[in-house]
Amino acid sequence: MRAVHFCEACGKVQPPAPADYFTFFGLPRKLNLDVAALEKDFYVLSRKLHPDVNARTGGQEQEWSLQQTSLLNDAHRTLKDPIKRTQYLLQLEGVELEEQSKSATEQARSTGQIKKQIVPPDLLEEVFELNMQLEELRAQKKMGEDDPALIEEIGRQKLELEEKQESLLRELRDLWKVWDGLIQRAANGQPVSEEERKQERDKMVDLLNRRNYIRNLVRDVSEVLEN
Amino acid sequence: MATDRIVGIDLGTTNSLVAFMQGESPVVIPGDDGSNLVPSVVALDSNNQPVVGNAARNSLIDAPERAVYSIKRLMGRGVEDIQEELKFFPFRLAEDLQAGEVLRIKLGDKTFTPPEISALILRQLKRNAERFFGAQVTKAVITVPAYFNDAQRQATKDAGRIAGLEVLRLVNEPTAASLAYGLDKKQNGIVAVYDLGGGTFDISILKLHDGIFEVIATNGDTHLGGDDIDNLLITIALDDLKGDTGFDLRQNAEAIQVIRKAVIEAKITLSTEPQTALDLELPGHRYQRIITREWFEKLIQPIIDRTVGPCKQALKDAGLKPEQIDEVVLVGGSTRIPKVRTLVKELFHREPHTSLNPDEVVALGAAVQANILGGGSEATENMLLLDVTPLSLGIEVAGGVTDKIILRNSTIPASSTQFYTTQVDGQANVAIHVLQGERELAKDCRSLARFDLKGIPPMAAGMARIEVKFLIDANGILNVSAREQRSGKEAEIQVQPSYGLTDEQVEGMILDSFDSAEEDFRQRQVIEARNEASTILAALDKGKKSPAWGHLTTDEKKKIAKMEKALISVKSEEDYQAIRKAIDALNQGTTRLAELMMDSAVSTALKGKTMDEADMGEGPTAPHPMAKAEFE
Repeated sequence: MRAVHFCEACGKVQPPAPADYFTFFGLPRKLNLDVAALEKDFYVLSRKLHPDVNARTGGQEQEWSLQQTSLLNDAHRTLKDPIKRTQYLLQLEGVELEEQSKSATEQARSTGQIKKQIVPPDLLEEVFELNMQLEELRAQKKMGEDDPALIEEIGRQKLELEEKQESLLRELRDLWKVWDGLIQRAANGQPVSEEERKQERDKMVDLLNRRNYIRNLVRDVSEVLEN
Repeated sequence: MATDRIVGIDLGTTNSLVAFMQGESPVVIPGDDGSNLVPSVVALDSNNQPVVGNAARNSLIDAPERAVYSIKRLMGRGVEDIQEELKFFPFRLAEDLQAGEVLRIKLGDKTFTPPEISALILRQLKRNAERFFGAQVTKAVITVPAYFNDAQRQATKDAGRIAGLEVLRLVNEPTAASLAYGLDKKQNGIVAVYDLGGGTFDISILKLHDGIFEVIATNGDTHLGGDDIDNLLITIALDDLKGDTGFDLRQNAEAIQVIRKAVIEAKITLSTEPQTALDLELPGHRYQRIITREWFEKLIQPIIDRTVGPCKQALKDAGLKPEQIDEVVLVGGSTRIPKVRTLVKELFHREPHTSLNPDEVVALGAAVQANILGGGSEATENMLLLDVTPLSLGIEVAGGVTDKIILRNSTIPASSTQFYTTQVDGQANVAIHVLQGERELAKDCRSLARFDLKGIPPMAAGMARIEVKFLIDANGILNVSAREQRSGKEAEIQVQPSYGLTDEQVEGMILDSFDSAEEDFRQRQVIEARNEASTILAALDKGKKSPAWGHLTTDEKKKIAKMEKALISVKSEEDYQAIRKAIDALNQGTTRLAELMMDSAVSTALKGKTMDEADMGEGPTAPHPMAKAEFE
């Protein structure tokens, strides 16, 4: 059921009811989402809620218009992207993602420590090797010389990592199917245990953490290659 | 509605314009000299009265210490930021400026902040529009470079307020240009707007579909434009002169302005001619130099190359390749330079669209947006702008690092909610430092403002849960609100804007200029109304002496006398609207008298009497005795 944005009778903008992004668009908390339909809805709602379109209304409506539209934009931006959508849903379910946690960030910064990021065990060897190569390249660049063979090798590894990112995304979409199944069962009135939900959540958290790690690694590699 | 006219204003670095929607198309409103462009030049005349536009331009050469140009370069910036600018622009700063403070510049022996100077330009545009409409103008849409940060935007809004304008919306210049283009073409597709003006460069990539103008990505450089090309040429001329004469004219303000005027003319000529000559009479020396287009193009290559980085970044942020862009629209006078057009063609692999006037297109687009905000007309009823914030918004956290809470290119309005707590028992305030920019460290980002959340109810340390909402509104300006959740109390927020004016300061400035501008307008209205009142009273006197007067009933005469008395009484007062009301009332009341006078005049004429004897003025072609006075 979509959060009520307008009065049915007179069409005037209403104050935003506290709603999560899924409810805002009248969507169930399922991860598989018709992005094309979301886009369409986004434009339809923009045309009605945007402050520009409501510019001649009084102060209160203008204010609500601003609030509603910022909520609309935030919701659209989050739900449109598969990773952000997944992270958002997990957040709604009470999970605090390792990377996201602001308090972890603050703590890391204040103690000067590198934020704790678990290296996915199956990547330990690769990551170790790659980090060594990056160090070597950094040192070479400092002296003004760089070994083209090394650069090629690192470039190749970067491509492999990027491919891994893609395959993890595909895996994530498979996990979505399971999650959506649980949500559908619940909607049909069938029992879904907290244990089941937690299990699926944990799988997604784990996958996202791994993917984030690889994404950060790719970013570090790009930085060294480009400078 | 005539009384609700909202105008669109392009407040440019070099030139400013005001436009409005006339029927189906936007149109630029000319100044009283007939020109569409008002040079963004402000000077103080010998009576310390401000002069704006073409009239002020002469002061640049005659009395350069009393004139200023390109003030847009100083809006929303501090003394630490403009050191580069100071090398090339004759901005005379007040002596006691502190870092983080709003700038103050000297004109003659008065000082002004950049928003006050911009307000003078806006006031001129406002007057041009009022003269054109014959009615007051109090609402406007003003454009800003897409890459302007929060402080620069706030400064522009402040300038509007000081000028007596309610700024309904700030619109990004490339987006405004796309509105003018889209209104004209009515086609769907992906459009890139390449806007190289006098002082700023913007590149925006938009998706146009079914009347929606959606910005996907934007980038730019707020210190890059035609001015930089001019300064390069000026430097070369100064070097030449030093070589030839041994004199360093760098400190000679008049000489620099003479050189500047000449190099600008040369630059413009080279857009259509393969070469041109500089030929200047300077004190004690005649400076001559031939400039070829080839030489010029080599010279400016590094400057225009600076537009490539932002274009590539915008494409990257948009996730698009140049081939996927359907149209490239050129905006800004500097895009007339052939080398710039070539560069755009190479970047986007297509000929740019040049049929729109690059000087006027932004103002026209602003007028379209003004129309949309005013309720729209048939032409604009389906149009909607969805713009983005150009810079990431962040908060400084422990360790001097920026925590980005709203990313660049997020559609606006956009928001982010953050939670804070107290460190110490009974702590009543929390300080937040907000920044804009893409860098990791706070010191490399742009300080936007420091907020102090005050009035937190006394609690044990860590107990307070303060919800702070950061909202970037449709103008791209940050609004902050805070609430302590446990007590539900709205926290009081005190903003210390970086490089900006506080609300109180703006208020103070409004009264100053508001008084004189409003006063002028009001005075004019009062004078005109009184003139009209005199005319109708004189006509009534004539009417009383005419035979027609005898034909009126006692009742009618009483009514007329009453209205006459009312008009005489209100005429000596200052309320022009009341005077007009009384004039209208008397007009209504004397309609029959006027008709009778007409009839008798006609019949008298037919009886062979002259018009003079009939006391009717110049004859049948004379204006109706009770008619409204004509005035322009």
